[in-house]
Amino acid sequence: MSDSTAIAQGAAAEAGDSRHGEHPAYQRHHFESVAQQFDATNFAMWLFLLTEIMFFGGLFTAYLIMRNWYYPAFVEGSHQLSIFWGTSNTTVLIASSFTMAMGVWSAETRRKGALLLFLSLTLLFGLIFLGIKGIEWHEKWEKHHVPGIHDYSITSFLNPASDPEVHKQYPDDKPLRPDMAAKTEQYFFLYFAMTGMHALHMVIGVGILVFMIFRAKAGAYTSGHVTMVENFGLYWHFVDIIWIYLFALLYLISRHG
Amino acid sequence: MSEQHTQTGSEHHIVSPRTYVIILLALLVGTALTVTASYFELGAWHIAPGLTLFWNPVVALAIATGKAILVVLFFMHVKYSHRLTKLTVAAGIFMFLVLIGMTLTDYFTRAWGRW
Repeated sequence: MSDSTAIAQGAAAEAGDSRHGEHPAYQRHHFESVAQQFDATNFAMWLFLLTEIMFFGGLFTAYLIMRNWYYPAFVEGSHQLSIFWGTSNTTVLIASSFTMAMGVWSAETRRKGALLLFLSLTLLFGLIFLGIKGIEWHEKWEKHHVPGIHDYSITSFLNPASDPEVHKQYPDDKPLRPDMAAKTEQYFFLYFAMTGMHALHMVIGVGILVFMIFRAKAGAYTSGHVTMVENFGLYWHFVDIIWIYLFALLYLISRHG
Repeated sequence: MSEQHTQTGSEHHIVSPRTYVIILLALLVGTALTVTASYFELGAWHIAPGLTLFWNPVVALAIATGKAILVVLFFMHVKYSHRLTKLTVAAGIFMFLVLIGMTLTDYFTRAWGRW
């Protein structure tokens, strides 16, 4: 690795100031070295992600308990989700994780053009994901499957034939008794809570990405200071992992049985 | 102690695009596998009266965990990180499994909430 750029930048930017002459401008004074600064912020990012695991973990636990209690309602609720959109979104998010990882590589190897390209692609995939999520949510709104508001309807579950699109895919689904059909509202409550909280993380990520693209354009991440790109990458991949589990739990495991 | 010293002095590891492409392909294959598996009735294992293990969710969660491990190790660079990071991640996941495991074993072995 050639460090000539970093050294030149460190020396030139702070010329005349003896305290700054010895280290790059982006190294904070309470760190001994850039490597130590990187490790400390990286460690802090992981601690934040652990709190995020616990946060989403509560939702996952609630989902598993409710699914165990109201199993038929959760199976029927899950059959309302589109496997096509779910699979598409999983693919889009995995692609965005890949472009984010390539963005980190571009920053590490100081390729500004490539970094801008990969950050923009990550942003694009993130927006496509949110768009598809919007399509899915809109469909739930139209079918009155949003819990708590907009006249929640259990018709699809009392009489599966009244919902021809889903009935065609799952012709063997039996009608639920009214008390069990009412529990589908709990499935959709958790569906919206989990995908909504995930989407909120995506929206925050998209916002930070826009900020980073402007900073990257100014050359902020291609002079050896990769901490921001690396740690945002960790956040983005974490959000991807949450979706991998949401996809399995909400869309896939109730297709049979 | 000497271990720590060499670690702080070590160069920042850069993961190659080739590795990222391989992981991307593995994740896409994993997604295809898990969607395909969900279309098949994989049956159940009747361990004891009242205790049944359905294979569909087990397979789906196993594939999801495989994908998550690939993301953590390679995209999130844990494979190339210091021991401190590895220990932090492992401790966090272990704590999560303890919390979720204890809660679920309690809930699943009582009749609470069953109308």
